[in-house]
Amino acid sequence: MKNILILGAGTSGTMMANHLRSKLNKNQWNITIVDQFKTHYYQPGFLFLPFDIYTEDQVKKVGKKFIPKGVNYIQKRIEQIFPKENKVQLEDETLNYDILIVATGCKIAPQETEGMKGKNWHKNVFDFYTYEGSLALRNKLREFKGGKMVVHFTEMPIKCPVAPLEFVFLADSYFTKKGMRDKVELTYVTPLGGAFTKPKATAALSHLMKEKNIKVVTDFEIERVDNDNNQIVDYGERRVDYDLLVTVPTNMGDEVIERSGMGDDLNFVPTHHNTLQSLDNENVFVIGDATNVPASKAGSVAHFASETLTDNILLYIDGKPLKEEFDGHANCFIETGNNKALLIDFNYKQEPVEGTFPIPGIGPLKLLKESVFNHWGKLAFRWIYWNMLLKGIPIPMVSRNMTKKGKKIN
Amino acid sequence: MEAVLAGIKVILTEDGYLSDFSQWNKEVGTELAKEEGIEMTDRHWEVINWIQEQVKAGNPLSVRGIKKSGVIDIKEFYALFPGGPLKISTKVAGVPKPKSCI
Repeated sequence: MKNILILGAGTSGTMMANHLRSKLNKNQWNITIVDQFKTHYYQPGFLFLPFDIYTEDQVKKVGKKFIPKGVNYIQKRIEQIFPKENKVQLEDETLNYDILIVATGCKIAPQETEGMKGKNWHKNVFDFYTYEGSLALRNKLREFKGGKMVVHFTEMPIKCPVAPLEFVFLADSYFTKKGMRDKVELTYVTPLGGAFTKPKATAALSHLMKEKNIKVVTDFEIERVDNDNNQIVDYGERRVDYDLLVTVPTNMGDEVIERSGMGDDLNFVPTHHNTLQSLDNENVFVIGDATNVPASKAGSVAHFASETLTDNILLYIDGKPLKEEFDGHANCFIETGNNKALLIDFNYKQEPVEGTFPIPGIGPLKLLKESVFNHWGKLAFRWIYWNMLLKGIPIPMVSRNMTKKGKKIN
Repeated sequence: MEAVLAGIKVILTEDGYLSDFSQWNKEVGTELAKEEGIEMTDRHWEVINWIQEQVKAGNPLSVRGIKKSGVIDIKEFYALFPGGPLKISTKVAGVPKPKSCI
């Protein structure tokens, strides 16, 4: 018997377990998946939890439900990967593998910024990229009486790069519905040159910030959080005041990657952009947020990548050349508030443009334009995630590679 | 859009970045810097070289990365490229502007 070992039972790891179990001969291949945590979170829901749009129960389930029969599921801490010896040390046992799939994801690292995880953490300085942060923020918002709310992200790359924008749009809606929008000053602070950074999106969407009366501070490279004065301070000594700071800290790959000496400066694993094979070890493959590929760190990207990676693992087993197929395809709904959303569909090379999706010329979803239908799509996605995506069931009409059909490309 | 910098015909993006790094040379970089009001010095070029190396290696650029680079400290980085140091230095280096997905 040979062994495939998957590290991490998040979105990517769970999908890979489902894809591979149905394709590999049970008499030849053992599949093992390791994750120390019992709960599988629907991370896109962390955007809605603070605004009382989703409840706690809607964003978490027991992870075991999604691991297929015939896959060995181990709930233990991963101590270290030894890629040269084809083994992985867990807290109290060592596993050998023939093929390793690293799906250890990424997470926030507030400790990377001075003062961020300080005395006011989860008091008036919040993240919403963890279940705990998102829930604490919900409780804070329920009693928030108004003032300066700053939504900020520290540096790229972050998981779901559009989430901070969505957050500030939803905040505008939330306070409007509560009849207190006039009591809240909303500011969006970004290290980049604008709230939008791609030409087509900038042209199509810049009006949103003005319409919603959201101030934008650009090129803000945060140096520290000043907890005594409730200010964020950048390296140029610019200061932005807040009463409530919602920040996205630096995102980093898991510490196990660092302990194993397999990552870059941010603990992301150097990975071939198109095959998803690790650059350093030919029997190690990497998927999802754990890679250093220049695609968005998003569930849809992991979904498309999992289809290519499944094929490539089968090719690798047969000793055939891998397909250089993965194109960085991402497909993301972006909430803009007032029950509307945008949809974007793009890849490594193609920036988001206007058009129709998934049926070219028909839709029903519109690309890069606000619509109520897109918002329904975003809400429906939660069902798709739990019932189709994690189980590796293909989503009808949505192909792994981005299509140019139905897109307005000059 | 097309432009002529240091006597070379180049293609620029809508916000004035080089579309194709192969069109970059030191003279083109000097011209791009001038448009930002910067006179290039040896110190500037050291930073530009480091940025180009990072981009070639596929590493994401951030001010945090600059801090760890050992090439320059942040205060000096701001002094050399005042305003938005990363935004301006990438332009001079002929590499893509740091961006998000939209």
